[in-house]
Amino acid sequence: MAVATTPLRVLIGKVGLDGHDRGVKLVVRALRDAGVEIIYTGLHQTPEQIVATAIQEDVQAIGLSIHSGAHNSLFPRVLQLLNEQGAGDVTLFGGGIIPDDDVPRLKAAGVQMLFRPATPMHDIVDFVKGLRVER
Amino acid sequence: MNERKSRFSSLSGLEIERVYGPEHLKGWTVEQDLGRPGSFPYTRGIYPDMYRSRLWTMRQFAGFGSADDTNRRFKYLLTQGQTGLSVAFDLPTLMGLDADDPMARGEVGHCGVAISSLADMERLFDGIPLDQVTTSMTINGPAAVLFAMYLAVADKRGIPFDRLGGTIQNDILKEYIAQKEWLFPPEPHLAIIVDTIDYCTAHVPKWHPISISGYHIREAGSTAVQELAFTLYDGLTYVDAAVKSGIDVDAFAPRLSFFFNVHNDFFEEIAKFRAARRLWAREMEHRYHPKNPRSLQLRCHAQTAGCSLTAQQPMNNVVRTTLQALAAVLGGTQSLHTNSMDETLALPTEEAVTLALRTQQVIASESETVNCVDPLGGSYLVESLTNRLEEGARDYFRTLDRMGGMVTAIEQGFPQREILDASQRYQKEIEHQERPIVGVTDYVEQEARSIPTLKIGPEVEQEQVARLSDLRKSRDPFKMAGSLEELQETAACHQKLMPALIEAVKAKATLGEICAALKEVYGTYREPVVL
Repeated sequence: MAVATTPLRVLIGKVGLDGHDRGVKLVVRALRDAGVEIIYTGLHQTPEQIVATAIQEDVQAIGLSIHSGAHNSLFPRVLQLLNEQGAGDVTLFGGGIIPDDDVPRLKAAGVQMLFRPATPMHDIVDFVKGLRVER
Repeated sequence: MNERKSRFSSLSGLEIERVYGPEHLKGWTVEQDLGRPGSFPYTRGIYPDMYRSRLWTMRQFAGFGSADDTNRRFKYLLTQGQTGLSVAFDLPTLMGLDADDPMARGEVGHCGVAISSLADMERLFDGIPLDQVTTSMTINGPAAVLFAMYLAVADKRGIPFDRLGGTIQNDILKEYIAQKEWLFPPEPHLAIIVDTIDYCTAHVPKWHPISISGYHIREAGSTAVQELAFTLYDGLTYVDAAVKSGIDVDAFAPRLSFFFNVHNDFFEEIAKFRAARRLWAREMEHRYHPKNPRSLQLRCHAQTAGCSLTAQQPMNNVVRTTLQALAAVLGGTQSLHTNSMDETLALPTEEAVTLALRTQQVIASESETVNCVDPLGGSYLVESLTNRLEEGARDYFRTLDRMGGMVTAIEQGFPQREILDASQRYQKEIEHQERPIVGVTDYVEQEARSIPTLKIGPEVEQEQVARLSDLRKSRDPFKMAGSLEELQETAACHQKLMPALIEAVKAKATLGEICAALKEVYGTYREPVVL
């Protein structure tokens, strides 16, 4: 079985203006406990800042938390910037308050996975650890 | 006897024994710890007759889309028997940004109404008699600016300020702790808050210049004890700042109000309201010796717990909200917002918010729980919980005093870390099946039940941006710029800010322009990241 020797590096961030960071911080703690190297951006990041940090830190994936209803503009903007800056191979996933109707469109646009309220923490950990195997 | 669990505990983790009796109330006396309703230490309520003379104010928090959309919702709610207004602003407004700011992209009108200028505020309250309804505004970082807009609307309509009633949330400490929408560092923010308190004392005597809020602290994952402790300690911090600035405690303390969450644990929540009143009365008496007994009374608003709602089987949320609302009523709240069943998915639809309002009306009209003041007073369990919550909060008070106060504690990340740890404990309890959630961990249905939700289209943002562009073209640029210069000078010299803010909004300076001008004077805030 081919297992990458470099540690998995993931950027976890809050994009946009919303300050609901209860969930995202629990995700950061769970992923760290599972041995994933996390770069946490803190609050109020623009898509530009997220992508710049992701490239600078050379992460394999970006996980964004959005509870503000701005997901339909923020996720596509991050994807667009990743592609423009030659980082289209970075996996984008996310979580937060995202209505059913919006999920298929965001996934079609290239968001790998969306975790909704009441997702068991191990599902998120399993998903992120699965990224290592895929590479 | 075989009990279902080896340990029973409250939602906040307090151990609950099989049965409570006098042995759990050692040292507790009716005279010292319970008192009579309307009398010190106010455990039983701040009024002698409570809901027998006047029911609580039914105040549904509302705001979405444009000022016109929200104005229609306000008028609808008033026709449905709601007795006060409560404005929810969108995130750009909460952060002091205009709708056309690059950071506002995608957020305009989503979490509340977009208000960028005095013209927006006028449309928001069009046709609503400001001297007859009371308005609560959930706004913190830029609270003084939105308050200035509200006053300017009243002024234009010829309504004297002393006839305006309402509340601005204006509680920045809980923003640093939990809600995370700030503009400036703590010191200038505290000075602005003192300034609004001072202005209200002199000019808007029926206004509550601050609503010291535990709601968001609880939503961020705190326990009931932490909510109680951090909120009341925030309150004492504001009192301290106002008193140190030279305002007499009795001139403003009767106008302070509080805002609590009502979560799922029925008895613990009732006890929390009772403990809050007693603890506040005792601490105010001990620390500031006010002469007016109203300075000792803790008045509050309550909102059912948004974080307790589930996206799965959303109609169950109506039942959760009913129980929480009943706890707030039995706890003696002065006003109440009941969440709508769809609020875990989006802002509420008209149907959902009507059902939420009816929930309060059924409690008030049909349940006969409002006939007697503090009906659970004297219950061994409730009195014991009230004591334990007060003691738990006092432990935090001692820690915070030792740390040198709340601002230092926030800078060190103390309350933030305590809340995050509590939130993680709760998450683990759910995952280990110690806290079942109906429809999520238990009684799960494979088929999803969906309910209609409110959609905010991109046209809201486009129209708001266009309105701002028109406003910028139509105003007198010299008058506007002059008002901002005047404001900056006032701020730099630590002079009273409210009159200059009112002039600036009247000169058609926008919210974003005013806040940017003030940031040049005060600087911005970068939070310590606590993980």
